[in-house]
Amino acid sequence: MTDNPLKRTPLNEVHRAAGAKMVDFGGWDMPVQYSGLIDEHNTVRNAVGLFDVSHMGEIEIRGPEAMKLVDYVTTNAVARLKDGQAQYSGLLYEHGGFVDDILVHKVADDSFFLCVNASNQEKDFDHICGANQFECEVEFAGDKYSQLAIQGPKALGVAQTLTDTPLSAIKYYWFVDGTFAGVPARIARTGYTGEDGFEVYISPEDAVRVWNAIMAAGESAGIKPCGLGARNTLRLESKMALYGHEIGASISPLEADLAWIVKLDKGDFIGREALRKQREKGLTRKLTGFEMRGRGIGRDGYEIWIDGQPAGWVTSGSPAPTLNKNIGLCYLPINRAQPGEKIEIVIRNQPVEAETVPTPFYKRQGS
Amino acid sequence: MNYPESYRYTKEHEWVSLAGDTATVGITFHAQEELGDIVYVDLPKPGTQVEKGKSFGSVESVKAVSDIYGPVSGEVVEANDTLASAPEKLNQDPHGEAWLIKVRVASPEEFNNLLSAADYQTYIGAES
Repeated sequence: MTDNPLKRTPLNEVHRAAGAKMVDFGGWDMPVQYSGLIDEHNTVRNAVGLFDVSHMGEIEIRGPEAMKLVDYVTTNAVARLKDGQAQYSGLLYEHGGFVDDILVHKVADDSFFLCVNASNQEKDFDHICGANQFECEVEFAGDKYSQLAIQGPKALGVAQTLTDTPLSAIKYYWFVDGTFAGVPARIARTGYTGEDGFEVYISPEDAVRVWNAIMAAGESAGIKPCGLGARNTLRLESKMALYGHEIGASISPLEADLAWIVKLDKGDFIGREALRKQREKGLTRKLTGFEMRGRGIGRDGYEIWIDGQPAGWVTSGSPAPTLNKNIGLCYLPINRAQPGEKIEIVIRNQPVEAETVPTPFYKRQGS
Repeated sequence: MNYPESYRYTKEHEWVSLAGDTATVGITFHAQEELGDIVYVDLPKPGTQVEKGKSFGSVESVKAVSDIYGPVSGEVVEANDTLASAPEKLNQDPHGEAWLIKVRVASPEEFNNLLSAADYQTYIGAES
């Protein structure tokens, strides 16, 4: 790892000049916080925040049979997508575990745009190329795009001042190609915070200009730059999965409580047989939400005990700033993977009481 | 940030001030800044022995837990109990109101061997 210099987004200097605290995030030098994690979190819940997520990868798939290839490598039903629509999906191995979780954007029948996790993009690209029996053009496009996420209840108002595209007409999980802050942009009404907002894909050479334009446009709305720290607590409250935590190569979407992105009847796709068998046999474990009852925070990787026996592990755990509770997600045996179970989380060698609860922990009003 | 000249500092980002044989121990401004929003502070009870270089408690932020190490050896005579209900004070006034423990030191030389304010600031400047 240390032999390779950290990768930087075009906004690296902007983050440093703004006083952001930078961290190594999967090989990328990224801002983890600016004004403070809780302040940034609350700003996104109550007003609007701006995230540089240019580390995310993009893969473009083109060709007459592009839809067939995307449908074959993902779990969700690509045939149901209309032009300009996006969907959350899984890229699986034959054995049913995750290669990655991704966003599939349908540009046209013969053109798809995938947004994938930064640290998985090379692996995803190889995986898709390996399954390309459809003579599609598969392009590793991470270097072609920067991505900015404008998130929060005031995101729509702020973003609208920067484009002629009528943004309120873009429904949740749809996108439009237009102009944003004077430059060509793909504007998607998607996000990883549980709030309304947009993810804007632009050329890297336009990134600084667009960032500055958004910060200026959002000033009166109280916009703040936000780091990956707030992004993590926001997504956790909304129970959105994070690769390497809730999902990974040894975990299936059924176990991860993501059955809604698995369409077993859509036709063949990589991982389908494994998932079908898993569903027939029944799951042995499942992702479950918990709240701490005792004092402490059950953090990623901590062991869970039930009735004095090891029973599972925490995938993500944190104080939830919006809820003022300590929450988390964990894997538990299937017969305990339901709200109302008393569990213990081993925090620095001490078992601390917690209880399983319904998820998502947070849901915005009107959604 | 002001790092008081009369304090001594460690590379583990604790500070110590000495009055007679009683040392007051806290974490530095730099430490709280690195940790981010602090949500829990765990401190030893009076009577506990603290050893130089050994963990005597922990500070937990939204992101992570960090051990706090004894900058000097001795017996805890007082712990700052106000931090249990108001851990955010550690973000606001780490060099003052949000001290962590007071220790009756066994050997004042330990204090003198720690980093000066200038050396500590050079150290964190080089680190970041």
